[in-house]
Amino acid sequence: MTPKKQLTRVSFFFLLLAAFSFSQISYAQTESAEADTTASAPEETASASASDGEIPTGDANIGAGEELFKGNCAACHKIDQKLVGPALAGVQDRAPSIDWIVSFVQNSQKVIATGDEYAVNLYNEYNQTQMTAFPQFTRDDVLNILGYIKQQAEAAPAETAAVAGAEGADGAVASEPAISSAYLNAIMIGLIIVLALILVVLILITTVLRRYLLQKETVGDEDREIIEQSVSLSKVFKSPTFIFLATFIFAAVAFKVVINELFAVGVQIDYTPTQPIAFSHKLHAGQYEIDCQYCHTGVRKSKNANIPSPNICMNCHSAILTESAEIQKIYAAVEQNRPIEWVRVHNLPDLAYFNHSQHVNVGNIECQTCHGEIQEMEVVGQAKLLTMGWCIDCHRNTDVNTKGNEYYDKLVELHSEVSEDGMKVEDIGGLECSKCHY
Amino acid sequence: MKDNKKTYWKGLEQLSNDPAFVKNADREFPEYLPISNGEDGRSNRRDFLKMMGFGVAAVSLAACEAPVRKAIPYVNKPVDVDPGIPNYYASTYMQGGDYCSIVVKTREGRPIKIEGNKLSPISQGGVMPQVEASVLSLYDNERLRGPVKGGESVAWETLDSEVTQKLNSVASQGGQIRIVSNTVLSPSTKEVINQFGAKFPTSRHVMYDPTSADGMLQANQESFGTRAIPSYDFSKADVIVSFGADFLGTWLSPVEFTKQYSKTRKLNDGKKDMSRHYQFESNLSLTGANADYRTMIRPSEEAAAVQALHDELRGQGGSQFENIAKAAQDLRDAGRNALVVSGSNDPAVQTVVNAINNQLGAYGTTIDMSVPMMIRQGSDSAMNQFIDDVKAKRVQAVIFYNCNPVYNHPRGTELAEALGGAALTVSTSDRTDETAALCQYTAPDHHFLESWNDAEPKRGHFSFTQPAITPVFKTRQVQESLMVWAGQADFSYFDFLQSRWRGNLPGGNFQMAWDQALMDGVISVSGSATAPADSTATAAAIPAGGQPAFSGNVSAAMSALNRSTAGEGIEIAFYEKVAIGDGSQANNPWLQETPDPVTKSTWDNYLCVSQAWATENGVEAFEGKCNKAVVTVGDKSVTLPILIQPGQAPGTVGIAVGYGRTSAGKVANGVGVNVYPLMQGGAMAVTSGVSIEVLPEKYQIAQTQTHQTYMGRETVIQEATLAAYQENPSAGRYNPHTATWKSEDGEVSPGALSLWKGHNYNNHHWGLVIDMNSCTGCSACHVACQAENNIPVVGRDEVIMRRDMHWMRIDRYYSSDAVEDYTAMEVAAANPEVTFQPMMCQHCNNAPCETVCPVAATTHSTEGINQMTYNRCIGTRYCANNCPYKVRRFNWFKYHDNGQFEDINTSMNNVLGKMVLNPDVTVRSRGVMEKCSLCIQRIQYGKLEAKKEGRRPKDGEIDTACASACPSDAIVFGDMNDPESRIYKMLKIRDTEEADYITEKEILEPRAYHVLEEIGVKPNVSYLTKIRNKEEMSEQTDA
Repeated sequence: MTPKKQLTRVSFFFLLLAAFSFSQISYAQTESAEADTTASAPEETASASASDGEIPTGDANIGAGEELFKGNCAACHKIDQKLVGPALAGVQDRAPSIDWIVSFVQNSQKVIATGDEYAVNLYNEYNQTQMTAFPQFTRDDVLNILGYIKQQAEAAPAETAAVAGAEGADGAVASEPAISSAYLNAIMIGLIIVLALILVVLILITTVLRRYLLQKETVGDEDREIIEQSVSLSKVFKSPTFIFLATFIFAAVAFKVVINELFAVGVQIDYTPTQPIAFSHKLHAGQYEIDCQYCHTGVRKSKNANIPSPNICMNCHSAILTESAEIQKIYAAVEQNRPIEWVRVHNLPDLAYFNHSQHVNVGNIECQTCHGEIQEMEVVGQAKLLTMGWCIDCHRNTDVNTKGNEYYDKLVELHSEVSEDGMKVEDIGGLECSKCHY
Repeated sequence: MKDNKKTYWKGLEQLSNDPAFVKNADREFPEYLPISNGEDGRSNRRDFLKMMGFGVAAVSLAACEAPVRKAIPYVNKPVDVDPGIPNYYASTYMQGGDYCSIVVKTREGRPIKIEGNKLSPISQGGVMPQVEASVLSLYDNERLRGPVKGGESVAWETLDSEVTQKLNSVASQGGQIRIVSNTVLSPSTKEVINQFGAKFPTSRHVMYDPTSADGMLQANQESFGTRAIPSYDFSKADVIVSFGADFLGTWLSPVEFTKQYSKTRKLNDGKKDMSRHYQFESNLSLTGANADYRTMIRPSEEAAAVQALHDELRGQGGSQFENIAKAAQDLRDAGRNALVVSGSNDPAVQTVVNAINNQLGAYGTTIDMSVPMMIRQGSDSAMNQFIDDVKAKRVQAVIFYNCNPVYNHPRGTELAEALGGAALTVSTSDRTDETAALCQYTAPDHHFLESWNDAEPKRGHFSFTQPAITPVFKTRQVQESLMVWAGQADFSYFDFLQSRWRGNLPGGNFQMAWDQALMDGVISVSGSATAPADSTATAAAIPAGGQPAFSGNVSAAMSALNRSTAGEGIEIAFYEKVAIGDGSQANNPWLQETPDPVTKSTWDNYLCVSQAWATENGVEAFEGKCNKAVVTVGDKSVTLPILIQPGQAPGTVGIAVGYGRTSAGKVANGVGVNVYPLMQGGAMAVTSGVSIEVLPEKYQIAQTQTHQTYMGRETVIQEATLAAYQENPSAGRYNPHTATWKSEDGEVSPGALSLWKGHNYNNHHWGLVIDMNSCTGCSACHVACQAENNIPVVGRDEVIMRRDMHWMRIDRYYSSDAVEDYTAMEVAAANPEVTFQPMMCQHCNNAPCETVCPVAATTHSTEGINQMTYNRCIGTRYCANNCPYKVRRFNWFKYHDNGQFEDINTSMNNVLGKMVLNPDVTVRSRGVMEKCSLCIQRIQYGKLEAKKEGRRPKDGEIDTACASACPSDAIVFGDMNDPESRIYKMLKIRDTEEADYITEKEILEPRAYHVLEEIGVKPNVSYLTKIRNKEEMSEQTDA
């Protein structure tokens, strides 16, 4: 095999590889386009169905209803599933009348006391669990909630289809960066192969040359020595260059390990202590979708999110699972007037000031951003680093939630004069010491 | 100003150029370091390696196991309490007769800070140091945990049954019962005492005040037929003449008077006139330090001076007193808008003062007899009678209601000896104080922050006290104790209070009106006939606005004065310190370490003497180290250190009361000397029979000033006379210039030349403006800052080592005409002009501290604040050395959880004291720098509240602790980027974008200046020039 032949082969292989990766990209694009069309179809069907009667359908009403539902009802009711109270899908059709629903929500005990048959049956069916009275709800509020329920109930069957479609779309969108990374990998592999081939070619050339030179008689002794030179391994090990390199690499690795370990001091990621009561966020926040704020009452208004006090637990558990050993612990705490000593999972050092309301209320940050997928945690553990570098990273990369907040108007205006990009927390002093340390 | 040769000096050592002082003057820290390692006091490389090795090992060991921290929620969360969100409750501060309407800030149910209540027409949002500090007294570890009998704790039931039984047996035998108290401001409490009296007809209520106003009450009884103190309105006075009344510091109602007084001292484009203030006094008081004209008189001359003014006003001139004729002329010109006050406790002096005010027509303008002030009701004669009765065993049962006469009454020792003769003695003090220690029972009262109460500081003006915390200990309100002992076992003072107010609040719905009244904290009821009003007040009803005719017998008073004015030898003038007052809150370390505004000394009382007297008697002083002296009056003598005080009247010495507690608690016991026993009668002076012996023994008083000198730089204090100001608003300004080729005339202001590019303040630009003309030096801001920012108390020894931690100080400068020779010096120092200058971190835009920090622990924010990051600081102290204003403080020790500071820094060293700490501010550890943060936690909180509501913060919403405490509104905080803010308008800010080196504000207000402007650090704190209402600046050389 002559070197020339080899080169031709290598270049042919390379061309082939390139052609293959380009064809892959075009394939991915067509796929995502298809997914888009399929995804939009079920949505149309969902919005096409209209409702009747008093129950409002406007977005504003449904939005208001959603807020009320999640804030007040969701702890005991789900749309399509029995929880503490009945599933609410279709309640407008099963209940005697809209007025009945309104008065039952406002004060269920009053309706039951009048001897209303439906109400009494319902009451007995649910083990005589009293529903919290909401006298503050106006008729419109209740109608808004009903609007939300109706919309949700109708959306539910369509949702499965929509979700499936959306997943398809998501898959396609997600596959794009996947393809591009595969593309990168291919290039890398290609390059390595090319380099390896070059190496082989070079070795071949030197072999050929050496052979050629050795065959030649005119070569002098000194030159012959050079040509016949062989590498001695022990010599290499003893050479100062090698010793220096080895020491250097060892020292560098050791240094890096030590630094990494030191940086990990006080970082409690994955810290999952056993709590005095085996409370499951997976069950409450995940399965029953109880809003975080229902228990963590301070999260939108205070520095502290608040660990709920037993009286919040009692809102539901005065009736639910009263026999459970874990719930009994709450009863014991209330009876003995002794607080429950939860183990703190997310510990910031005292020198750092963190305010929940700034992030959740003003910044509109999801709880999961810092606490991880809390709705899937049976036992809560620390999901994120919670180091200063981690905070700073987020402050560098997050756009300030300026929409509809007059506080930021002037800042946004001034920022837009100097930059095209969104206004990051960093741009308005979010990295300054005194924002968190005082 | 250019020709003014006046120099400012911070202490006598500076003035006298003592070589040892000069050597140390420019040092930031004293030469010795706190730790000495090894024999030569130095550490070497090996030590360093050892320390490092140990440090690494310790860190890795400590890192092995992270501590388990608990999160403990409420069992049953109160509806109104959210962790992390402060709640504010309006309440009322009452200490004896002292009154202030307040707002209590609570966090998680703990009061942590006291602010003034802006709704109160009396205190108008102002506070005084004692009011600010009272929140720490709530968490005083010395408080009794429950009732005590003979030193042993007992159950309330036991105490109640025994006290009731003894009271009944005393009453059944016709024995006399006395309830002794300071002035009681609460009408409902008085009603309780009345009902107690109804059950025990032999009981009498005796009121006395440690600083008595009995003479004034008597004089008004005689002059107007009503035993009452009138309301004063200094804000209407164009001319104020005060004879020894320290109305800005301690006299009657200083918060109210400071508010009013400061209104007359404000100057701006719309108001170019201010009041003129004459002070005639012996000690250099806070009020005297603010006076335009101050005349030094002996206590014995006070009567003569008042008479001289009286005569002068009637055209009989020829007074020997300096400034009397001038004052009389000004008073005549001012007419109705004039006010003469006297701090004297002599009815004759007060009668003459009444006559003067009457002649001026001040009644109806600056004085209102129809709205009497209730804050001093004590009767000297009643108290003396009581002590006589106890001595003669005519009194069988005594209840001391929150008072301590054994300590703070001149005849305390007599009382102490005689108390054992009574069948029943009960004290309701919160601690075993000097009186309670001698009582059989102590039935501790709640702290006022745990109590329900009402108050009537002025006729028709009511104020409510509501609890801001559940009682910390098993204490009980006195009112309930009294009624239980009177046989009403289930008496609830809260119900009683409500029932008295039912039907007397405006509006139909009582509950709503009651809630509103508690929320506001104050309520004004027109007409004095309402039921809850003080029914025991003897004052005759005077129709609102109407003034009774003056019927005082002036000639009798004058002749009485002529007889009594003889004084011989050296005289003592007693005074109250602004922070310590009568000594009832002496166990409060914040107050002990608050420097006296004038002497700048902490943790002691001392003998103030004039320089002349000191020279005459061979007193040697160097850096606060001075001889001690024995002061003897009659058969009583005390030993105390000497302090040379400029402005001390010749022939007088001054001593502060309120010290020398023996049974107040670990903080106060043994601090200073009790001089109440030296007093004679109710007078705050001893005018004859005083002998003073100077001892060779030396003692160092812990003063916060004499170090950190400004070396005579005239850019620190800028001042002018009123006339000069009226002519040219920028009078007194010193405008430094730096030569440069850049500008046409060859020079520019120093701030314009800079190495740095300046800052862009897009969002906020916080700043302070301090009006030196309104600042009285009262130190309320100082204590407010300490409470807000968890500032440790370091104790006397550390203050002597210049390691006080206060983030803000109030620099007091005496002035004198520059003298070349030392002989003229004494004249200059005798009665100096005084200037107060609050000094805190100036938040420089070109901050020298920032550039020298090797670890970038101090940096500049985008809002104009110089930030201090404790956890990054490694304690090189370069920043403090490079700070031209000397406002940085270094933590030489760990002041929290440290046995060494247990009895000094109580707010950080015991579980109870720690409850006062502000949870939003880090407690700093050893080895880090700290300084004024411009209350960054308040700024962040205010901004967040605005953001949550989707708006910009409004001016006034965010306020620093110092600015909100200031009773004279001398400190104004605000956003210099907000054209609607007060600071923007006060400074007349114009934004300049002409050059890239000036992005900071251009200030057009002619009075505004930056301290040390010539060094070009461009501070964000501005000062307004001091304007004196004097005819000429260098008055003293003429006098």
